[in-house]
Amino acid sequence: MPFIPHTEADVRAMLDAIGVGHIDDLFEEIPAQLRAGPLAGIPAALNEMEIGRLMEERAARDGRSLCFIGAGAYEHHIPSAVWAIVTRGELYSAYTPYQAEASQGTLQMIYEYQTMMASLTGLEVSNASLYDGASALAEAALMAVRAHRRSRSARILVPRTVNPTYAKVARAIAGNQNLVFEDLPYCTDGGHTIVESLRRFEGEDITALVIQQPNFFGTLEDVDELTDWAHAHGALVIAVVNPSALGILKAPGEWGARGADIACGEGQPLGVPLSSGGPYFGFMATRMEFVRQMPGRIVGRTVDLEGRTGFTLTLQAREQHIRRGKATSNICTNQGLLMMAGTIYLSLIGPKGLAEVASACVTHTHALVAALSSIAGVSVAFDRPRFHEAVLQLDRPVGPVLDALAARGIEGGFDLSEHYPELGPALLVCATETKTQADIDAYAWALGEILQAPHPDPLP
Amino acid sequence: MTEKLIFEYSQPGRGAAVQHPATHDAHALPAKFLRRGPPLLPEVSELQAVRHFTRLSQLNFSIDTQFYPLGSCTMKYNPRACNQYAMLPGFLARHPLASQSHGQGFLACMYELQEMLKEVTGMRGVSLTPMAGAQGEFAGVAMIRAYHRTRGDHERTEIIVPDAAHGTNPATASMCGCTVKEVPSTPDGDVDLDALRATVGPRTAGIMLTNPSTLGVFERRIMEVGRIVHEAGGLLYYDGANLNAILGKVRPGDMGFDVIHMNLHKTFSTPHGGGGPGSGAVGVGDRLLPFLPIPIVGKEGERYRWLAERDLPQSIGRLSGFMGNAGVLLRAYIYMRMLGRDGMARVAEYATLNANYLLHRLTQAGFDAAYPGRRASHEFIVTLKRQARTLNVTAMDFAKRLLDYGCHAPTTYFPLLVPECLLIEPTETEAKEDLDRFVEAMVSIQREAETAPATLKGAPHTLPVRRLDDLRANKHLDLAWKPQAA
Repeated sequence: MPFIPHTEADVRAMLDAIGVGHIDDLFEEIPAQLRAGPLAGIPAALNEMEIGRLMEERAARDGRSLCFIGAGAYEHHIPSAVWAIVTRGELYSAYTPYQAEASQGTLQMIYEYQTMMASLTGLEVSNASLYDGASALAEAALMAVRAHRRSRSARILVPRTVNPTYAKVARAIAGNQNLVFEDLPYCTDGGHTIVESLRRFEGEDITALVIQQPNFFGTLEDVDELTDWAHAHGALVIAVVNPSALGILKAPGEWGARGADIACGEGQPLGVPLSSGGPYFGFMATRMEFVRQMPGRIVGRTVDLEGRTGFTLTLQAREQHIRRGKATSNICTNQGLLMMAGTIYLSLIGPKGLAEVASACVTHTHALVAALSSIAGVSVAFDRPRFHEAVLQLDRPVGPVLDALAARGIEGGFDLSEHYPELGPALLVCATETKTQADIDAYAWALGEILQAPHPDPLP
Repeated sequence: MTEKLIFEYSQPGRGAAVQHPATHDAHALPAKFLRRGPPLLPEVSELQAVRHFTRLSQLNFSIDTQFYPLGSCTMKYNPRACNQYAMLPGFLARHPLASQSHGQGFLACMYELQEMLKEVTGMRGVSLTPMAGAQGEFAGVAMIRAYHRTRGDHERTEIIVPDAAHGTNPATASMCGCTVKEVPSTPDGDVDLDALRATVGPRTAGIMLTNPSTLGVFERRIMEVGRIVHEAGGLLYYDGANLNAILGKVRPGDMGFDVIHMNLHKTFSTPHGGGGPGSGAVGVGDRLLPFLPIPIVGKEGERYRWLAERDLPQSIGRLSGFMGNAGVLLRAYIYMRMLGRDGMARVAEYATLNANYLLHRLTQAGFDAAYPGRRASHEFIVTLKRQARTLNVTAMDFAKRLLDYGCHAPTTYFPLLVPECLLIEPTETEAKEDLDRFVEAMVSIQREAETAPATLKGAPHTLPVRRLDDLRANKHLDLAWKPQAA
């Protein structure tokens, strides 16, 4: 029996001890009419050799493309040691560290993670992870409403340069608590949010302004001016940031005169494989004054009976297992294992490595934009400094072009036309440190060939 | 044995150079966008990092190293094959927004997983996107709200939970903008039907139930509970935390539930990872089908594709940046295929056998069952109320001393309504010898409680640290290391 150790003799001895004849007698309290019949829809069991073969076939069917898609998930080099350690049974098969004395490994890693994330974001405290970047923004918005006691409106301004899926998820999760998310337009020249677009809110009660850096288009926002505007008009600032970019970009705690109040984002770039969208981890950091409003687990350093240093979950009065209906969030299980991957990644890559990864992203994307925009029928949408993504406009619909690229083994980018129809046929491309000049040349060559063909579906 | 912080190994100029990208002429960004100084990350060699994190791992208890009977958490063996085959390069490298023609193998697994989960729960539709049990709960209650709202029934904002419910249930209700009404349990562990009848009404949105409940017993009058709530116009939510107890034996859909979340990291044995990732897939009956969170995998002919906003316009929406914890879902898929049709019911059978055997042995040894007249489900509660009164030792003292005996502690002080409780869930993957060893440990600790209670009060004695000062942790917040404190 797969994964069940009982011998027939064990079963007999155990049933005898209990005093029943059959295992089925143990289910006697379940009303008979409710008993399930055979599960015809479940296939017969496979042994490990058979499932291994099936999975190998399916993984191989999906192939391995040259990937230039970003849009919230980024291909980075992952040191081999990261997953070799993370999949050790002592980490992989442990539970939430409620029994602190038996979980010092997990707890100390969380404390080290909190230290790294607090420093990376330039804020004082980090939690132990949330589900992902999108849900982290939802939690940040809810947190801002709790933290900003003077604001009564629960209005959150969300520039359209914020990842549109994040905005959707924030609405789906926080909308039930009557938060109002209001769009802000972007500058069509620069692809960034301008302070002028905020003027119409002056004098109104705004709870928080969200600023994504780099924004969804890859463009750099004027974070200092936007942060200062928000603070001058009584709103908190929620920073949505890419942790790789923080190797060189200004930390949210350094934005404007006072710094952002809450930083959150997607931790996937830190040692987590793309793997079709998850598991990743969301991160969140804030100022000490708001720590009691932060959702999720937090680890503190303390001492044991003998005065030795140790680590434990702390500020648990915020959480659902203590506060129940009045908790800061319903979150319980988070993304512990991925947070550990991030911690090991940051330890191996170090401050110098992270800055080099970030610089390589900027350089490679610059090269990608140069190569692609030299093709007839391709133009660059925005003229602002960017991190590792850029918007290109094509002379024909994006979908068929991406299909043609995919047929050549290239994932060419993310089609923006559904979320941003006003940009026309627009494509979001990305090049991280993993892309060589040869990769970029291969993409440009393929795209050039595809666009050379006459438009099958010309634009009006 | 303790391990210093990774930052204390750091030396300026050291690093794992082989991990850094080749240097280029950097394309410079304007200074106003740049950070003022480098972040506080360790500068260590690769070996130093590997040794440090390996040593940290060795400070943990885990399923792979210890018996871990943590009630309500289903700490069963996580088969290594699930990890190995979910981490094949083809799966890991796939971008979530890659063309669907490059994802047919992955999507086939997800589609089949949806179908298998429908079959074992008796539900009509499944969405895999919720990333943990609590997010599954959120999806479930949000769907219940959407259902009532669509019918113009705007007053239905009350969610009923039994007093034994997980803390996530009331917290979820609040996150969905609902208020919480608690109903008590009867002395033998069922829902108090009279109290339930008095609680339901025109404001009832639904009830959230775990069955078997967190008291470790099957709710025998579940059909009556369902009738009362349905007749009052509310819907039934099944918290799948304890699905392991009934897998293949009873289906929540057949019990009349309208919506269920499953903790794939419990019942379907994906790793708990020191606190995640989990997966809280949701299943629904006919009433809630249009409201399922997106995306969902659909099949057209032999092709699989994502169903999203256009296909499900009434959906409660997206709960994650992409499609949820894909890698966790692959592990659950592999596990289910290895168990197969017959293996499903065996999970419940042997989990229940182990729980009842362990309960029997412990009561024989003189421990008090919280619900002595009842069969255990896959878990059960021992109450140490008597020991607390007569010997002045608590459930926490027993729990900490168990660590010295090489057993992870059961869940303590939950559910809240049983004083000095240990909620014990052995799971089906433990052998009889391991259960016997746990009984011996409990008996030995009981003897210590009678003869040398200080041994319990001071426990644990053999772990990397002794009992920690939680009050100090709360009062003098030290949440991040600072160089000057070194």
